[in-house]
This record gives sequence, C-alpha cells and structure tokens, in this order.
Amino acid sequence: MENKVNSACETCPQFNAKGLKKLGVHTDNIDYVVALAGNPNTGKSTVFNALTGLRQHTGNWPGKTVVRAEGAFEYNDSKFKLVDLPGTYSLLSTSQDEEVARDFILFGKPNVTVIVVDASRLERNLNLVLQILEITDKAVLCLNLMDEAKRNNIKIDERTLSRDLGIPVVPTSARFNEGIPDLIQTISEVASGKIICKPHRIKNVPKKIEDAVEKLSTEIKKQFPTIPNSRWIAFRLLEGDDRILKALRTGEFA
Amino acid sequence: MNKDEIENLITLSSDLRWKIGDDFHDSLAEGIYADASEISSASVSKDNKKKKFRLDAKIDRIVTSKTWGFPIMFLVLALILWITIIGANYPSAMLADVLLDVVHPFLKGLAASIGMPWWLDGFLIDGIYLAVAWVIAVMLPPMAIFFPLFTLLEDFGYLPRVAFNMDYLFKKSGAHGKQALTMSMGFGCNAAGVVATRIIDSPRERLIAIITNNFSLCNGRWPTQILIATIFIGAVVPSSLSTVASMSAVIGIAILGIFFMFLTSWALTKTVLKGEVSTFNLELPPYRPPRVLKTIYTSLIDRTLIVLWRAIVFAAPAGAVIWLISNIYIGNESIAAWTIDSLDSFGFLLGLNGVILLAYIVAIPANEIVIPTILMLTVLVTGVTGGEGAGIMFELDSVNATGDLLRSGGWTLLTAVNLMLFSLLHNPCSTTIYTIYKETNSLKWTTVATVLPVIMGFVVTFLVAQIWRLF
Repeated sequence: MENKVNSACETCPQFNAKGLKKLGVHTDNIDYVVALAGNPNTGKSTVFNALTGLRQHTGNWPGKTVVRAEGAFEYNDSKFKLVDLPGTYSLLSTSQDEEVARDFILFGKPNVTVIVVDASRLERNLNLVLQILEITDKAVLCLNLMDEAKRNNIKIDERTLSRDLGIPVVPTSARFNEGIPDLIQTISEVASGKIICKPHRIKNVPKKIEDAVEKLSTEIKKQFPTIPNSRWIAFRLLEGDDRILKALRTGEFA
Repeated sequence: MNKDEIENLITLSSDLRWKIGDDFHDSLAEGIYADASEISSASVSKDNKKKKFRLDAKIDRIVTSKTWGFPIMFLVLALILWITIIGANYPSAMLADVLLDVVHPFLKGLAASIGMPWWLDGFLIDGIYLAVAWVIAVMLPPMAIFFPLFTLLEDFGYLPRVAFNMDYLFKKSGAHGKQALTMSMGFGCNAAGVVATRIIDSPRERLIAIITNNFSLCNGRWPTQILIATIFIGAVVPSSLSTVASMSAVIGIAILGIFFMFLTSWALTKTVLKGEVSTFNLELPPYRPPRVLKTIYTSLIDRTLIVLWRAIVFAAPAGAVIWLISNIYIGNESIAAWTIDSLDSFGFLLGLNGVILLAYIVAIPANEIVIPTILMLTVLVTGVTGGEGAGIMFELDSVNATGDLLRSGGWTLLTAVNLMLFSLLHNPCSTTIYTIYKETNSLKWTTVATVLPVIMGFVVTFLVAQIWRLF
C-alpha cells in the first residue's frame, strides 16, 4: 500500500515542484555538505549514484569503494555536495579506512551525515550508528535494502527506531530507487534545521567510566564551548587516541 | 582556548585513564552492543513462523565447500572464458572487416586523391590507423563480453566466496586473502587489477598483490593464446579433439599463471617482503539478483570504454614505430630487419626467434598487437608474399594461412609452446606499468614488477627449449 502511494506521488507533476537536479561531479557553490557513512556492503555507493546521477562502480562485495567519491545534487534551490565514505564496521580502532571515514565526519564537519544500514542486519549495524551519533548531531538513518528485509520476513517499526535514536529514519531500496525522494526531503530538512535531531547517546557505560567521561567532557566544553561532541572526544582521550591529542593541541576543534 | 589549559586537560585525561584501568575499550564496546541490542529489540520483529528456505546458506554450503569449491570456481571461469571466446569471434571479424577492409582502403584512396606524400600516408594510415583499428577489432569484443559477465558475477556476490575459498592458499604463500579479488580483476585487465589492490590495507601485502597481478592472463593476451593454441596445439591431435586440446592448453596456461602467482608471492614473502599475514574479516554478503541491463550499461561505460581508450592511446604511437622501423634503412636493411638478425641467436636459446622478441619490444604498449606485429615482421624477413608491404599490419584470411606463414618463418611446436609461455611471463604492458607507478609511487617497485616476470619468462622458456631439444 505504502509503495503505491509513494509511486503515485512521485509521478505527480506537483511532486518536487522545484525538484531534484542531479549535478554529477559539479560540486562548486554548494550550500550543504552531506556525508554517506555505513558498514561495508550496505549500498552506500548505490545511494550515492541514485542521488547524484553518477555511476560510481557498485559491487556486491565489502571494500569495493577504495577512494572517497564526491558528487552533487540540487534540491529546492539548495545545492548539496555528497561524499561517499569507505565502509567501516566501527570508528573505535585505528585502521586506515576507518580513519578516512572518522576524520571526515569529525573534521570535515558535514552538515548532514547519512548513515546507510542494512535493514536485515540492523543490530550489528547499530554499533557504527551509535558511534557516529556521538560525533555528530545532524544525522539521517537510511534503512536500506528493505526489499531483502521483507524477503527475510523482518519488520522494522521505523517510528520506534527513530524515537530511540533521536534522528529521522527513512526506509529505502536504493537499487530500485524506492524511498530516495523521501530521503532527499529528509536530508534537506535536517540540513536547513527544520528537523532538529536529539541523537541517542551511549547509555550502558559502567559508572566509573561515565564519571570520568563527565568530568573530562565538562573540561572540554570549557575550552571549546561550541563543540557538539565533547563526550566522544572524552571517550577518545580515555582511549589514548594520538590523532585526537594532536587535534586538541593544534586547535582543530575550535 | 589556552595552551596551558589544553595541556592541563590532557594531563587530566591521562590521570583518569590510569584510574579507570585498561578495560575501558572493552567496557565501552560492550556498552555500545548493549544499547544496540536494546534499540533493535524494541523496533525489529522477525516472523519466525514463515521461516523461509534459506537459499543463501544452501548455495554457500556448496560453493564454499572443500570438495566443490574449487571445481565450481574453475567451471565458472571456464564458462565465462568460453562465452567470451566464442562470442567475441563474430563481432571481431565484423569489426576487422569494416575497419581493415573498408575504412582502410577508403582512407588510402582519400590520401591519394589529396596528393599526400607516401611517407606521411604510410606513417598515419598504415602505421597509426591500422594499429588502433587492430586494437579495437581484437580487444573491444572480448572486453565488451568479459567485463559485463564479470560484473554480473560481482553483483551476484560470488567474488567474496572466491576469496573465501582461496584464502587458505594465499595465507600459505604469505599474501592477503583479498588478493583473490584483485587477481580475478586481473583476468580482465592487469591495470584494473592493480587499482583494485587498494582494498588491501597492509602495504606489504598490497605490494605483493601489485607485483603478482601480471600473472593473471589479461584480455590482451587471451586472443594470442587462443590463436597460437588453435594453430599449433590443435594440429598435433586428431581433428575431432583439436578444439578440446587447444582450449585445455589455454586454460592450462591460465592455471600455470595462478601457480606462478602463488610461487612469486611466496618467494617475495620469504625474501624482500617479509612479514606477518594480516587477518581480516570477510563478510559473505547475501546473494543479490543482479540488475542485468544496468550492470551491462555501467560496465560498458565505466570499464570497457575507459580501458579501451587507454589501450588506443598507447597503440597509436606503437603503430607509428612499427611503420618507421620497417621503412627506415641503415645500409641495405631496415632497422627492423637489422634488429631481428641480432636478436635471432638469443631467441633461438629461448626456443623463440628474433621476430618474436622484437614484436614484444614493439608491443610493450599493448599486448593486443603482438600477433599482427609478428606476422608483419615474418613477412618482412622471409620475403613471403601475402601481406601488403613493409610495416603494414594485416590479418590473414584464415587460421590456416596464418599457420602456413608462421611455419615458413621457421616456427615449430616448440616455438608455439614457448610463445604461449612467454606471453604469460613477460613485462606488463605500459598502461599497467604506469598504473603500478601511480599506485606505488616507487620507481624501485615499478622496476621489480616490470623486470621480474621477464626474467622468469627467459628462464622458463630457456629450460623448456633445452629439455625439448634433448629429445
């Protein structure tokens, strides 16, 4: 039923009056930067292609995207630059591909981070989602591969998920272009501030760690009052992350 | 912000780090998993009553099984090659008809009508144009079939299974399991295979994958293998078996290439590239029905045309060189004839001849032009008529005529076998060499990747020739 309504809307001339323009590689004069993050092989490049009209090579094997791809689209008079990041399972270790993704989300300061997840493997994918939500508070969850989830008889209550994560959730099947218009609309609303996210912060942390994090985080906020992710930086400092120490000293967070 | 306060902050963090102990990383990871589990159990529901037949798991049990894994892999490879070889024949012949028999005479006529001097006309039309036309006729059809087939397999999700099957062998040879993926890409184009090594994190293992990619027989070399096997290997068995014999010879060379790839990887790990094999986790993704039309479209645009364009860019100057060395004379002999004479004795040691060696020098830019160059040079030194004149590449009408010409140039079964071996074991084409340089940024490793296979080719063909002549 839902699909039918969707497709009828999409064919209506009123839909997207000022509409979507796929701009390919033309990334000049952009208004917003959007990052595409997610586990390997969840269809990030497919979403990227659907949004930009580019033909970034896609393949059904993890680790296919080896270079950071950039493209652009225009929606309702705003220009968006889209950055396709290498797929990672986590941002907690320090392997190279994870660093590329982590550095871009942290230092590249994208206006919106779209986290692409495999709907049939939500629990495992949430590991990365929760880490990203510690770093940024402007995110959209793209619940991709819905067709496969349906085939595996998996149902996801998107409202509950959205409430628990504190960010908008958009179900898609990017391979078949389903849900893409909805995704674009949501991205633009988060970018413009029409949707305010209240991202979930990691809860199940032992008391002594939580206290240490709280203490550090307060200090960090004193130094960098505008920083959205003092808690995550505290996590990294407790881990002894050299890259973060360096960034503190050079003032990259300011 | 203030420098001292930042330092205080860092001191505070290391104090706290000390206090909470070293189970921090694990506690945080556990915390995240606990949150993830709570969130997903609140919103995900699975209908277990309708538990479906798990096709994925069933297929995986077969294609990654110890017994069937490898036979299925070779069967899939053989099937793709077979479709490529058979399917490429007709369009290849058609393209050759148009580009060589229609457009070429037309261009010649045009040049004559505007009074173009013979040397400019020869240089441009018989040299550059013909080399480019040949590369398109020989290379485009197999690529246009092989790449989409390969991409379909990739979209379906078979490649990670190949990596899974071969992981054990790679580990044994000290290389990274993902090298199975880059090796497979190399069967299409070594340059593409070299770029694909970016998926390998460890620089040591990535270098091994780059250096050994050349042992995957590429699209430019398949036609050489097939033609020579058909003429010489197919001829030594009864005609009813000749197709099977020549096909097996070609697949045998491909498997020999895989063997050399493992051998070289192993030797590199034991000598200059020592180190631990890194572990990696390889997710076996679900099989996905490929979107056939879209895949064919994108692989034609993104792979076939780009690779073809690069080959053309390098083939054009090679065509010019072939024409020049056949038409510039030192004394009574052209440079080509003179070089062939001086290479002949070394060629004999390797069971090859001067013509083949010169052809491989001229054809460094593109393996596709090896056979036409050999034929042209053979005409030049034997004085057999059949071609169109000095420095003009041509294609003989039938496989038989090609065989006759080569035999009159002194070719034997040994020459053919060693040519097939040398085609597998020689320097990568210049496109690949350039790509290796761009990826490694090192002159040293580019040189190793270039020279190592040639040395191996010399050694192997020399040994085969000496042993052959003993009997």
